[in-house]
Amino acid sequence: MTADYEFHDHTFDVVVVGAGGAGLRATLGCVEKGLRTANITKVFPTRSHTVAAQGGISASLGNMGPDDWRWHMYDTVKGSDWLGDQDAIEYLCRQAPEAVYELEHFGVPFSRTEEGKIYQRPFGGMTTNFGEGIAQRTCAAADRTGHAILHTLYGQSVRHKAEFYIEYFAIDLIMDDEGQCRGVVALDMATGEVHRFRASLVILATGGYGRAYFSATSAHTCTGDGNAMVLRAGLPLQDMEFVQFHPTGIYGAGCLITEGARGEGGYLTNSEGERFMERYAPSAKDLASRDVVSRSMTVEIREGRGVGAEKDHIFLHLDHLDPAILAERLPGISESARIFAGVDVTKEPIPVLPTVHYNMGGIPTNFHGEVLTLKNGNPDTVVPGLMAIGEAACVSVHGANRLGSNSLIDLVVFGRAAGLRAAELVSPGQRQPELAKGAGDNAIARLDKFRNAKGSTPTAELRLKMQRAMQEDVAVFRTGETLVSGQKRIADVVSGIPDIRVTDRSLIWNSDLIETLEFDNLIVQAVATVEGAVNRQESRGAHAREDFPDRDDENWMKHTLCWVDDKGKPAIDYRPVHAYTLSNDIEYIKPKARVY
Amino acid sequence: MVQFRLPKNSTMSEGKTFKASPDAKNVKRFRVYRWSPDDGKNPTIDTYEVDLDKCGPMVLDALIKIKNEIDQTLTFRRSCREGICGSCAMNIDGANTLACTKGIDEVKGDVKIYPLPHMPVIKDLVPDLTNFYAQHAFIEPWLQTKSPTPEKEWRQSHEDREKLDGLYECILCACCSTSCPSYWWNGDRYLGPAALLQAYRWLIDSRDEATGERLDDLEDPFRLYRCHTIMNCAKTCPKGLNPAKAIAEIKKMMVERQA
Repeated sequence: MTADYEFHDHTFDVVVVGAGGAGLRATLGCVEKGLRTANITKVFPTRSHTVAAQGGISASLGNMGPDDWRWHMYDTVKGSDWLGDQDAIEYLCRQAPEAVYELEHFGVPFSRTEEGKIYQRPFGGMTTNFGEGIAQRTCAAADRTGHAILHTLYGQSVRHKAEFYIEYFAIDLIMDDEGQCRGVVALDMATGEVHRFRASLVILATGGYGRAYFSATSAHTCTGDGNAMVLRAGLPLQDMEFVQFHPTGIYGAGCLITEGARGEGGYLTNSEGERFMERYAPSAKDLASRDVVSRSMTVEIREGRGVGAEKDHIFLHLDHLDPAILAERLPGISESARIFAGVDVTKEPIPVLPTVHYNMGGIPTNFHGEVLTLKNGNPDTVVPGLMAIGEAACVSVHGANRLGSNSLIDLVVFGRAAGLRAAELVSPGQRQPELAKGAGDNAIARLDKFRNAKGSTPTAELRLKMQRAMQEDVAVFRTGETLVSGQKRIADVVSGIPDIRVTDRSLIWNSDLIETLEFDNLIVQAVATVEGAVNRQESRGAHAREDFPDRDDENWMKHTLCWVDDKGKPAIDYRPVHAYTLSNDIEYIKPKARVY
Repeated sequence: MVQFRLPKNSTMSEGKTFKASPDAKNVKRFRVYRWSPDDGKNPTIDTYEVDLDKCGPMVLDALIKIKNEIDQTLTFRRSCREGICGSCAMNIDGANTLACTKGIDEVKGDVKIYPLPHMPVIKDLVPDLTNFYAQHAFIEPWLQTKSPTPEKEWRQSHEDREKLDGLYECILCACCSTSCPSYWWNGDRYLGPAALLQAYRWLIDSRDEATGERLDDLEDPFRLYRCHTIMNCAKTCPKGLNPAKAIAEIKKMMVERQA
């Protein structure tokens, strides 16, 4: 260990990494069960990217008309293009109403119906009666639902006196020789001190890695740090080729315009003023699933029917809607459109473009949140001491394509599940063996390497190369050719890492160093993403191969596992999709053609 | 008249200048506060010339461009870049706001950028907000009820829900509190506009049943009553909220319950 660094040691029952919706809900659950819990977060909790979720949180409350968790489940399975694990999806949809009521009891300021119930709006792919009608299932707090939920969960954490380590950047997991997770090492950004957290259980709630791409709705901080820590621990990530493009990112800025805009009656048009979604999805139209809408928009642009001087984007119309409704239900995106597109939504359409938004892939887990790996032929081997939840995890409830508003419900349902499981696995104050000599030295070595990196390529330059490659070659539509090009370009970025240059040598709030550690996290996920995409020779959900345009259930109804070694070299294997449900209350939903 | 001066260790001097490349045609100067605890030196104002033809429209775009391409040591917080996370609050062109929603073209002449005023600085544009967060925690920002919890949601009428509009949207960026002269003087004892806006958000929530206790906690010469309706908070809020009005409403509630 380098003499510059000294560990500040802590022992907790549970350490949660990340303070977004999932991380906060899990922290609460653990604290409530009397477990001594630390929450380590690189940003103040209310700055986590959950705050930017807009449209709502799905649950079959039935406040607007008949609804049933089975219908929600059917929609989610169909949305996932049958790659979702149906036991986990059943768990999600059944637990959803209770989880939303719990949020309401915590104080979330949901919008209301005339009867004073939680207001619910239509959202893409959400139907009644197994695909027949349009469901109003997405519970909303205007178009600031994520903000309302995150601030409320933070308030609850304050209430329960959760122990936060704020602006601490997690560097690496501590794994023992038996493959059990024993804790995590983190850097206190304000002081440069290195902290070693020993814990019976580590819960990763570190979010997605949208910033591997050039244009994403994701925050700058969405760098998938937990995913990368898992890869460095020698464990695989799952289904990384499935990257969701949100149909309506603001053209240029990339900021999100919620699908709720279409839920409230908004629609898309091309350069001919045509509502083109009627051609692609005759039944659901503008409320088809996100992958379907993003592909349709891309085809319109490609065939010369894009709008604007370059004919390279699409219009989203809200100008036909009652301004009073816009002010009540969509005030946030009205503001965003004004600031970032200079558009008055009551008068003009918003210029939009499909923009990277969500990672269906991540750390494989079961529906308790326990991390899984493939070991000795068992694809459901639990990694002891380690859990993952939220966008970082791949449970998998979203399969090949997530439905809008299923992400927020995923956070709270599985955040809660993780707390419950933690209480079964760990008893408060449980004795923990001493850490092995040298535990955490891997993290110090990683930190020190980058802190003193004296090469000639600034981090921003390598990062931009990676982001451009992913944007251009691992996009809405993919071909073998573009993907192989992407593979080469990403490998080229990997080979540039030894020449990386960090300029700031300080240990106090060294964001040059933090951005470098984040880039180092992103690049391995980029490797796994492009590798999974090259390998998967079919089209399913968000993974659209023009050279393999059909879904191939016979050969590809399976989860991709991808390991990436310390040289950036990937290895692929598979896990079967769980073709069974959790109970006898619903039968396995068999694959069929996915038409909206 | 008393003459106020910055403490000796806070007086600023001219720092480095980073020139734009000679072929840049649309150059704007960014004058940025720099201070690091590492070298024991006083703060400086560094000057960065940025080619706006190769830069996004917002002040944050320029800061990121500077960090990426000119000076990797420039330190600031940022995350969502769309005005919802509250990370990039700073003082731009003399007013507190979010760098991500502040258009460069809104600023005439050089763009002057400082950290949020009157807060301890950790480094460059990164202030220490520990006290600010503690004040937010003090007002107990969670729903408090006494009635038995219903199986489903608490009912709330459309009208009662509307009362939360203009309050719940706060992003805790601290622009308002750090623009308030009263908070500058008494930030240790006056809760400040952000925390008080949140206090009112829970006081006025029809579901909350701890109104009396909440008001008791604010009944104090400093916590609430140091608001002198200067209104900087409302003027500076990047989300268009009006903390001063919320504070006035709390004061009215105080009076009403005495009657």
